[in-house]
Amino acid sequence: MVTDTNTRETDDVDRLRPVADGAPFEEGAPAAPEQNQPHPAQPDLGELLRACGRGDETAFARLYDATSTRVVGLALRVVRDRAQAEEVAQEAFLDIWKNSGRFDQGLGSPLGWMLTIVHRKAVDRVRSAEAATRRDTTYHQQNQPVDHDSTAEAATASLEARRVRQALGDLTQVQREALELAYFGGYTHTEVATMLQLPVGTAKTRIRDGLIRLRDTMGVGS
Amino acid sequence: MNSDIHALSGAYAVDALDDIERAQFERHLAECPACTSEVASLREAAALLAETTPATPSPELRDRVLAGIANVRPLPPVVAEQAEPEADVIPLAPRRRRVVSFLAAAAAVVAIGTGGVVWHQLSQDDLSRTDEVIQADDAQRFTQTFPGGATATVVRSKSLKEAVVITHDMPAAPDGHAYALWLQHDDAMLPAGIMPEGPDNEVLLSGDAASADGVGITVENAGEEPAEPSGDVVALFSFNT
Repeated sequence: MVTDTNTRETDDVDRLRPVADGAPFEEGAPAAPEQNQPHPAQPDLGELLRACGRGDETAFARLYDATSTRVVGLALRVVRDRAQAEEVAQEAFLDIWKNSGRFDQGLGSPLGWMLTIVHRKAVDRVRSAEAATRRDTTYHQQNQPVDHDSTAEAATASLEARRVRQALGDLTQVQREALELAYFGGYTHTEVATMLQLPVGTAKTRIRDGLIRLRDTMGVGS
Repeated sequence: MNSDIHALSGAYAVDALDDIERAQFERHLAECPACTSEVASLREAAALLAETTPATPSPELRDRVLAGIANVRPLPPVVAEQAEPEADVIPLAPRRRRVVSFLAAAAAVVAIGTGGVVWHQLSQDDLSRTDEVIQADDAQRFTQTFPGGATATVVRSKSLKEAVVITHDMPAAPDGHAYALWLQHDDAMLPAGIMPEGPDNEVLLSGDAASADGVGITVENAGEEPAEPSGDVVALFSFNT
């Protein structure tokens, strides 16, 4: 069995600590004002992705500039450690470049596609680090209660972020908690059920219901 | 499929399934356009959550990322013809076309997180047998995690006498090589198959897994099926722990 001793310790500590408001940002700039909101100045990400698929590195640089605060922000929120978050972001950007020619706008937005890749890599990172520590300690000993309200406010809110927070406010508390633990915490639905003391098998329903409500409120997807 | 598996769409969209459930659900996606469409829309919704957590990257990251892509060639697009065989049962009414594009979508969805296409052809028999093993009441699981997050899991059912190897995010074998699978019986390693290319696979091992003592994965020359391991050992799983 191979373990990654470099990441174990920091991951342990970060996972043990309950999340305080804004905690993921403490090592970085506090929620920098976004220059890349999906508004007038935003370049057409789909167009950039298609150019990337043809090997256009300049287009990729523009794509990076337009999305990096979200990509790194999401990675940081999930893995919590800045150095690791940037590693995850770097891997994700490489994947995005490699697969850019396969992006199909009929299936979703460019940003949604990119963030799906980022999220999967971030979750993989926390899970593999965790797998190394689980042998030594039981799951429950490692997991302290999490502040379920961790996304409530950030220092600076973009317009889009405000809309999303409002939409999250329309979810039931348990839907929101389950969704945030899964998406930001990187926990499986079974773990979420345990953490929220839900009957086994119901967390997945809460997550799905929460996502459907968020989708419908925000008017995204199909 | 049953309604239970549909209910996993949300958890799948936010990567909240374990490896086994994810493999099952991805197989379900291949045959369920409704779930494929739902997953796509739920992923859009989930991605909105990232709007609430912006963070400024270090300037060095930009340099590293741009330097990193300079030597990498983007993969060719997935060409539409690959989905055509799915459509030969029913005339191509518009509705069916949509189904076909969802199927292509499912393949694309599976491919993105990993940087490679993982859609490999397996016979229906293999698929259902693999499912049977994974879902067997006496299924035992043995997982190894590698640096970088790749995992390999062996699932064995003694009653079915079969074992399945499930890989996730496995780096490709070195050029000109492939991963070979082995069933260990006492001191002998018996050939149990070759892993298809791609980071995510589920492979049913050939041979009697009930009497075996373990499973091995080695690196062998591509195109060969040696009678005994000759290359580097990637992982060993002991059933006797």
